[in-house]
Amino acid sequence: MNFPEHLNYTSDHEWLDAGADAVTVGVTDYAQDALGDVVYVGLPQIGKEVAAGDSIAEIESTKSVSDVYAPLTGTITEINDALNERPELINEDPYGEGWICKIAGTVDLSTVLDQQGYRALIQQR
Amino acid sequence: MPVKGVFAGGRASSAPLVGQASEPTIFELSVPGRSAYSGRNTEVPEWPIDAIEAHLRPEAVELPEVSERDLVAHFTRLASRNYSVDLGAYPLGSCTMKYNPRFADQVAAMDGISGVHPGTPENGIQGWLEIFSVLESYICAITGMAAATLQPPAGAAGELTGLLLMRAYHRSKGRNPQKVLIPDSAHGTNPASVTLAGYNAVTVPSGPDGLVSVDGLRQLVDEDVAGIMLTNPNTLGLFETEIVEILELVHSVDGLAYYDGANLNAIVGIVRPGDMGFDIVHSNLHKTFATPHGGGGPGAGPVAVAEKLARFLPGSLARVAADGSLGWFVPEESIGRVHGFYGNAVVLARALSFMQYLGGDGLKRMSELAVLNANWLKSRIEDSYFIPYGQVCMHEFVASAANIKKQWGVRALDIAKSLMEEGFHAPTVYFPLVVEEALMIEPTETESPQTLAALAESLIHLAELAEGNPEVLAAAPARTPVRRLDEARAARKPILTEDQRTG
Repeated sequence: MNFPEHLNYTSDHEWLDAGADAVTVGVTDYAQDALGDVVYVGLPQIGKEVAAGDSIAEIESTKSVSDVYAPLTGTITEINDALNERPELINEDPYGEGWICKIAGTVDLSTVLDQQGYRALIQQR
Repeated sequence: MPVKGVFAGGRASSAPLVGQASEPTIFELSVPGRSAYSGRNTEVPEWPIDAIEAHLRPEAVELPEVSERDLVAHFTRLASRNYSVDLGAYPLGSCTMKYNPRFADQVAAMDGISGVHPGTPENGIQGWLEIFSVLESYICAITGMAAATLQPPAGAAGELTGLLLMRAYHRSKGRNPQKVLIPDSAHGTNPASVTLAGYNAVTVPSGPDGLVSVDGLRQLVDEDVAGIMLTNPNTLGLFETEIVEILELVHSVDGLAYYDGANLNAIVGIVRPGDMGFDIVHSNLHKTFATPHGGGGPGAGPVAVAEKLARFLPGSLARVAADGSLGWFVPEESIGRVHGFYGNAVVLARALSFMQYLGGDGLKRMSELAVLNANWLKSRIEDSYFIPYGQVCMHEFVASAANIKKQWGVRALDIAKSLMEEGFHAPTVYFPLVVEEALMIEPTETESPQTLAALAESLIHLAELAEGNPEVLAAAPARTPVRRLDEARAARKPILTEDQRTG
């Protein structure tokens, strides 16, 4: 499975990519494989204030419905509208076109994992 | 191919099929002007149409036009392509797909039980009122509750009713708590009902033994907790051993305890939710008490409550009137109706006939055998499948295909699809969510030891087949009328009408 080196990860199987203005959030390759075919993504409202750990989005697959949790405290600045029409992007390109939203805020680095840390977490399972 | 050697009444692999051609839709069978029904002998009086002219549609509804002969043939063919409980074993975990005995059909078809208008005055339906009254008393005796509404038409409708009763209780005390606690192994309907009722669902994490942890729960209980929803045994088929402590904790903040009766089949005659401390209990009559279910019912999800909640129950309830006859009664602080008239009444009559046929001792035996069958099957397959929570189970258990997936790339879904080919309905897959690659198996008490042995042989055979032949399982089922359906496309781009299909 692919876990790009430049990203940070959470134990909830999400990835974070800290940009200049905001942090892009998505789910990992492991998560998309475990979810199975994604059929619907419930996205948050732009401008919404979220606290780390809040449920910000919902991913529905043919197996289950799962929450996506905010990996940091901040404000939603952008959402990936393309997922409304093509939820399968989460399966096809989880680190690219399948991104979920952008949150303006500061990541608490003590709460996230690097690539190696995440890989170790997956291997424990 | 099915395993040879075990002959079992519950194996359906011989089910005949005329062919694998796809069945046309009812619209494709339509011929203009054809009709399955003639209204020429109707006794309904005729009215001049101009009286309602303003309400007429400008053009006719595009309904399929078919003869009765073609209509019956079409649906009979569809039915013959379907795996039903009448065809064979149906170990669909959490759904309690037990066989529905034929005598209940006879009861439902009896004169006076069928064909009665729900608006009939009370003096013309004393027998029906007695059915309601006796069934309510049996449900209360089984659940340990004081009174029950028979109106909710399904388990989920019972959940919503129970939550509305919960709110009525808190409001009567001038309170308005907002949170309802739900374990992470709960049925998906629980959080859905909570949200629909306007409450916030708060997840209670399971401990490593698959049970609710009292210490974990303690951190979530505060004055804003309206109640908890639990099913016991839980969806892992495990009995919540600390149930009394759990419910005392919720009661300590005046929260109410809701029992999801989905798993009642494990405990009838053995332990009562009321004695565990529950205040509200729904029973899925269509599961535990053998009335038809699946494909939309009709179901019945009566809600029984403790004495302190009886005054909020939906009307109408069958009660003895001043003159000694039975009549309809609406509690003074009733939350109002939750269904038209009296619920799915004939389903209620079927459930009562099932209870009376088995009797108290028979109902207890029913639960004992359901638990025995699940444990026997679990022991039989535990060398082939990983059982994440291995303790003695109740009426169902959860196996995992995680190790098979890791080693051979065969998923729980592939095992489930392959089991169809073996002549059995698939178990529930990917639920509960706390188990990876879950296969949730509930044989129920109605399957014979021979059927259980054949089912076990097939499951073991498939686990062996996975080693070396993963492609066979990935391609299954090969011999059914339809093979793997594109579930993802069906969910993403559903085609729900003929216009969408042809347009």
